[in-house]
Amino acid sequence: MRTIRIGSGAGYSGDRIEPAIQLAEKGDIQYLVFECLGERTVALAQQARMKNPEGGYDPLLEERMRAVLPVCASKGIKIVTNMGAANPVAAARKTAEIARSLGLAVLKIAAIVGDDVLDACKDGDLAIMEFDGTIRQLGNRLLSANAYLGAEPIAQALSGGADIVITGRASDPALFLAPMIHAFGWAMDDWNLLGQGTVAGHLLECAGQITGGYFADPGYKDIPDLARLGFPIGEVGEDGSLVITKVTGSGGAVTAQTCKEQLLYEVHDPERYIQPDVVADFSHVRVEEIAADRVRVSGGRGSRRTDTLKVSVGYVDGFIGEGQISYAGPGALARGRLALEIVRERLKLTGVAASELRFDLIGVDSLHGPAVSTGANEPYEVRVRIAGRTESLREAVRIGNEVETLYTNGPAAGGGAFKSARDVVAVASVLLPRELAKPQVRFVGLE
Amino acid sequence: MIKLREIAHSRTGDKGNTSNISVIAYQEKHYPLLLAQVTSERVKAHFACLVEGEVVRYELPNISALNFVMMGALGGGVTRSLALDAHGKSLSSALLDMDIEAASDHE
Repeated sequence: MRTIRIGSGAGYSGDRIEPAIQLAEKGDIQYLVFECLGERTVALAQQARMKNPEGGYDPLLEERMRAVLPVCASKGIKIVTNMGAANPVAAARKTAEIARSLGLAVLKIAAIVGDDVLDACKDGDLAIMEFDGTIRQLGNRLLSANAYLGAEPIAQALSGGADIVITGRASDPALFLAPMIHAFGWAMDDWNLLGQGTVAGHLLECAGQITGGYFADPGYKDIPDLARLGFPIGEVGEDGSLVITKVTGSGGAVTAQTCKEQLLYEVHDPERYIQPDVVADFSHVRVEEIAADRVRVSGGRGSRRTDTLKVSVGYVDGFIGEGQISYAGPGALARGRLALEIVRERLKLTGVAASELRFDLIGVDSLHGPAVSTGANEPYEVRVRIAGRTESLREAVRIGNEVETLYTNGPAAGGGAFKSARDVVAVASVLLPRELAKPQVRFVGLE
Repeated sequence: MIKLREIAHSRTGDKGNTSNISVIAYQEKHYPLLLAQVTSERVKAHFACLVEGEVVRYELPNISALNFVMMGALGGGVTRSLALDAHGKSLSSALLDMDIEAASDHE
């Protein structure tokens, strides 16, 4: 039976770089996937592209490509990544330039376009899923609308001879599913195979989160050598059989437990994990440790894909102002609470226009609120944090200022004040009739 | 009485303003305890001040796990929340503090 080995070289845009080099050098992989696009990254990248038409792709693209291209080229490892963000064509051109500079002009590089569906969404005035409203009602706050594309165009690019495929918004598991479809010729209506392939992609897409990263809990879940955490490899057979493993000798661990945690990560109904290519069913999945750092994962199924594609809509959503200051030693908690009360009153007295405010004591109740945090002992130090939502940057700045002025006006011995004000790019979702997104493959040099 | 942490591990994920928390038994034999005691009502009560919407529980007997989906749990969603942990990634640790009635030989 034919098998392929797919390495996962990044779990988010800022991820560590050397584990990907290790995968390429020592992982015996044929495909290296970099998943680098968070929920709102495309909207932020779209803002960058508006400022610079050749920008709008992942800021670490050059560093990652320079790090892995030589070894990938010498071993014939194909690269698939969504680092194209809001501008896959520019990212592909940049990658071609990097390849030339490394003496690797022979590499064929393809961009996948067509995820940008802003016009189609506006024409249809589609309803927003998260709140009452439509795309047009966002008016000039609307920044971007990108459909989650599936594996098909990526597989087409690979079949067309691409060594590197760069997408914008695509579903994360699809980046991994595409090499399977390409290598094994899976039919695009073989729902069970596509479902099991989606299980593989879903497990791999967060890189270190399945090799013991984001898992360690000393005394309960101990993981060795986290500073040298190895990234995962999916060993996939043409019948969909799957083993998750990692480079021998790297840090971390692949166990039934790490696989189970990642299987349910960001999943809602496990029987209906909706993807562009298939509705995957995780409810029958089994995991089995077959050797050290080798876990067999079986039982993924699927059913017919939906008639719509999920579209991520980015829009400007006001500003957030924030301030922080610390108190320590005996009475720190009381002084922290007094500080919060002073700022609460100051914001009222000075008429700061905030639609929503939040008052936290970091180290006491900032993460889960007072109800969940009861029973905690008096801490040695606390950090006051006040954040608020405003319609203008000017108002946002005033919130941090009111915290900073606690230095000379507030409780005794406050230190380490910090303030910030930033604009907020939020995302919402709409469902677009599938046929309105028209993905295309564009090879560099042939666009 | 033991803490949930003694028999289960957990990870939180986020999509928009919805948080999901898995609760996975370390050992298969403890899955019935999870089923009986870690109900969506108890999870909703545990996070009373945080979760505005409903809490739905999904059962995965094959891997001895439950998955809780909590609507309106992230202060408007990762991209606009005022919270320090806007993703709600630390929620899994809070859930593992839940009390579970168990015989002392749970190990």
